Amino acid sequence: MVVEAKLTEATTRNLGNFSGLDVPDDTLLRACVHCGMCLPSCPTYRLTGQEASSPRGRLWMMRAVADGRLELLDPSFDEQMYQCLNCRACEAVCPSGVHYGPLVEASRAQLEQHRPRPVWQRAARRAGLAWPFADIRRLRTMVNALRLYQRSGLAKVARRLGILQALRLADLEAMLPPISAAPLVAGKERWELRDAEHSAHLFNGCVMSTVFPEVNRATGRVLALNRYAVDVPTGQQCCGALHVHSGMMEEARVLARRNIEAFETTADEPIVVNAAGCGAALKEYDFLLKDDPDYAERARRFTARVRDITELLAAHPLEQPRQPVNRTVTFQEPCHLAHAQRISVQPRSLLGQVEGLRLVEMRESSLCCGSAGIYNVIRRRMADDLGDRKVKHALATGADEIVTANPGCAMQLRTSLRRSGATLPVRHIVEVLDEAYGGLDAHRTLVKEANEKGEQRRSD
Amino acid sequence: MNRSELVRELERIVGAAGVLSEPADLLVYEYDGSVDGAVETASPSAVVLPTTTAQVAAVVKLANKVQLPVVPRGAGTGLSGGAVAQAGGIILALTRMDAVLDVDPIDRTALVEPGVINLELSEFTRGNGFFFAPDPSSQKACTIGGNVAENSGGPHCLKYGVTTNHVLALEIVLPDGSVVWTGNSGDGAPGYDLTAALVGSEGMLGIVTKALVRLTPVPPVTSVMLAAFPEMDAASHAVTSIIGAGILPAALEMMDNLTIQAVEPAYHAGYPMDAGAVLLIELDGAAAEVEETSAEIERLCLEHGSTLFKNATEAAERELLWKGRKMALAAMGRLAPNYYLHDTVVPRTKLPPTLARVHEISEEYDLPIANVFHAGDGNLHPLMLFDRRRVGDVERVLEASHHLIEHCVSVGGALSGEHGIGSEKRGYMTLVYTGEDLAAMAGVKRAFDAELRFNPEKMFPKGYVCGEVRGLRAQAAMQKHGIYPM
Ligand SMILES: Cc1cc2nc3c(=O)[nH]c(=O)nc-3n(C[C@H](O)[C@H](O)[C@H](O)COP(=O)(O)OP(=O)(O)OC[C@H]3O[C@@H](n4cnc5c(N)ncnc54)[C@H](O)[C@@H]3O)c2cc1C
Ligand code: SF4
Ligand code: SF4
Repeated sequence: MVVEAKLTEATTRNLGNFSGLDVPDDTLLRACVHCGMCLPSCPTYRLTGQEASSPRGRLWMMRAVADGRLELLDPSFDEQMYQCLNCRACEAVCPSGVHYGPLVEASRAQLEQHRPRPVWQRAARRAGLAWPFADIRRLRTMVNALRLYQRSGLAKVARRLGILQALRLADLEAMLPPISAAPLVAGKERWELRDAEHSAHLFNGCVMSTVFPEVNRATGRVLALNRYAVDVPTGQQCCGALHVHSGMMEEARVLARRNIEAFETTADEPIVVNAAGCGAALKEYDFLLKDDPDYAERARRFTARVRDITELLAAHPLEQPRQPVNRTVTFQEPCHLAHAQRISVQPRSLLGQVEGLRLVEMRESSLCCGSAGIYNVIRRRMADDLGDRKVKHALATGADEIVTANPGCAMQLRTSLRRSGATLPVRHIVEVLDEAYGGLDAHRTLVKEANEKGEQRRSD
Repeated sequence: MNRSELVRELERIVGAAGVLSEPADLLVYEYDGSVDGAVETASPSAVVLPTTTAQVAAVVKLANKVQLPVVPRGAGTGLSGGAVAQAGGIILALTRMDAVLDVDPIDRTALVEPGVINLELSEFTRGNGFFFAPDPSSQKACTIGGNVAENSGGPHCLKYGVTTNHVLALEIVLPDGSVVWTGNSGDGAPGYDLTAALVGSEGMLGIVTKALVRLTPVPPVTSVMLAAFPEMDAASHAVTSIIGAGILPAALEMMDNLTIQAVEPAYHAGYPMDAGAVLLIELDGAAAEVEETSAEIERLCLEHGSTLFKNATEAAERELLWKGRKMALAAMGRLAPNYYLHDTVVPRTKLPPTLARVHEISEEYDLPIANVFHAGDGNLHPLMLFDRRRVGDVERVLEASHHLIEHCVSVGGALSGEHGIGSEKRGYMTLVYTGEDLAAMAGVKRAFDAELRFNPEKMFPKGYVCGEVRGLRAQAAMQKHGIYPM
């Protein structure tokens, strides 16, 4: 397979008890002056009060491994590298500019390489992460099966029989919205109105295109109304964020290379993403592939083009929304938007331009909700605590709706809301904007008008 | 009692989740915020995370039984090694005792547990129109317990005073495990003022388990001015003239060019990159008064050659100006891998010659030194930038530091303005205190803690409290000849 073939090309190094591929960068590591300013921003430290669960503690442990004072396979080290949500809150507040994300990801990659895992566990991980995400078509098949399951009435039976509870899958199931729309297949759909001035290329995303395809379509519509011609280039794959977070760097590199190739066929125009987690990962392809002689430069060019949807839209004043949205909403900042991409003002400014919409801030709006990629699946307790804390703050605002900008957060919020018994809707910011523009119906009318006018012009 | 028995006993008191004893978990308690190299790291035997005063007391009693030192710890942002267990033993990390128990808007007080974060107390009480005035630059992270133990200060202490002016009463666990209250909510308490003795005692006399602190009303109007100068000297003279004119700003801070270089690219606070120094001056109070005084300050700054003067009245603008200052220290990591921060205080009038001396030392030892400090009260924070891994750097820094401290003391200054002595500056105590002075302090220590249970190896020169004055004199003599133990 491609994975093995590329393995030897990356550089291998030794640093204390780190060795092989993806050794944490010593200079990045030593930028931490252990001042402690990041502590209160760290969700796991807030929950435990333990230094080891803090960014500073984790960095110190990495340094100890780099200094040969701590074994790479020390259970506490392993525990902390994976207890970390990789939410990057520490990175955003660090006055010394420590790049925490790449360090924890490299440490995980080290653990993955050197940890003796039982064979069945390796296989399970491959099956769970590597296999479905390695090719977008596989995931589509799985989600189609899930849709069938949801529709077939089998879901109801299973729920009643408590099979899901027994498998501890109940919450997992609740995380997923009812999947009704057809997946968005790259190359099959595009959005463009008569007055298009710019072009943008949508990053389709694995979960977004299959579980939330309507959000992607809404993204296309909103952009079209703001004078973008939007297409979905073929050949693109999952962004690889989940792989990077789990230390599966080689798998992530394979995906990154394919995405770079897919978007290289388009000119140097923006690559637009509506899932914060994907956006953060795409913006770090340059780092992921820095040691790949064939791709390093191409990755830099790719990275420079990536824009979160809110970032792209907020660059110009919004086309005036057509209808008021008379609701009070609160904004849950996805970590990978607020911290990893430092995009925090833009979504608020967009919401502020929607007539009738009132935005009330919740406490700790940028503290991780516990979703963190697949963290909520593998570390239930900590994730549940964070989710409950988030829901408490959200409900305290009295808002009618929670707005976010990442599929993982949306799923986590839904689960936590269900646990609390509340019935607040959770929506993607693009869905709110789309609603303000009149949604699909208004768009259809516009397209029709545009076509008619176009025909008129042609017949003139 | 062996180690696992000790752990079992501790777990009986605080529960299994409250005791850490795995080597890797202890490893992360071997440091605090102090500079690499200036403070030796040391690992404790166990870390305990209590949730109640009774648990703290029980742990202290157990420590007495097994004769282990006890070191209280807050957020570990201290800059003098105070929370590092130099002699091993049990670290009592108070981070889980973080409740604001009561806010009394009439008496203007708050009753808090020691793990409450400084800034969060202010945020919590802002709704009632109050804030907690002591505002160390680390306020986003440091705890009230740590503030009390270090008698911390911050920019606004120029007008509002340091921590000791804002602590009314303390619940303390004494070294024998008994629990007492010092002070009361009123202003005059008869008898010895034990609260005052405990504030600034660096965790060596008692463990703070509750604090009744004073809240300060949020002033109606606040304005922050930025004044840039081509030279440090001009800025220092402007400071002297502002204070000389009888103005008492809420804060008056200075940053030199090197500091601006570290901060501006990171925070875009609006400090001109080519300025020799900038002043941040904050005024608060009634609108008319603030306006009038701002005009006066502007005039004085321009008179002293200020090249840029900006007055920020909007909250967002003010915050941005402050952000640069508050983050300055930690942002130094962008200029060099290590820094050594000093915390000496000199009389305000000695500021210009002291800054000149700092400059000399910087040249002499070929060490970049950044200056960022509370100009209003002469609390200097010269910051030496170096690289611990480069051979000879640490030695040069320590030697340069010695000259710097000597100078400050010789012009009538103090060793530490607000960061405490800890293990970091204990060797310098003989520069400012005579043997008799220190003996008096040691008497207080023994009165509270005859067994030297709490936070040993701090503040007093090595071997002092248990040793005798003669040893100390010998040390003083050694220092005079240039041999100084650190
Ligand atoms: C970037 C940065 C900027 C800083 N700026 C300032 C500043 O402007 N002004 C300033 O004064 N300081 C400053 N400091 C120093 C430090 O933040 C303060 O000393 C702070 O008060 C320490 O609080 P802490 O909770 O981190 O305490 P720790 O570091 O955990 O402990 C400090 C001392 O207090 C003792 N202690 C802690 N809790 C208790 C308790 N409950 N009972 C008894 N003893 C206890 C410890 O034993 C130790 O001796 C700065 C530090 C950093 C890293
Ligand atoms: S990561 Fe940054 S904020 Fe946290 S301790 Fe290190 S230097 Fe300080
Ligand atoms: S990434 Fe998030 S969870 Fe991990 S150390 Fe940083 S703040 Fe904590």
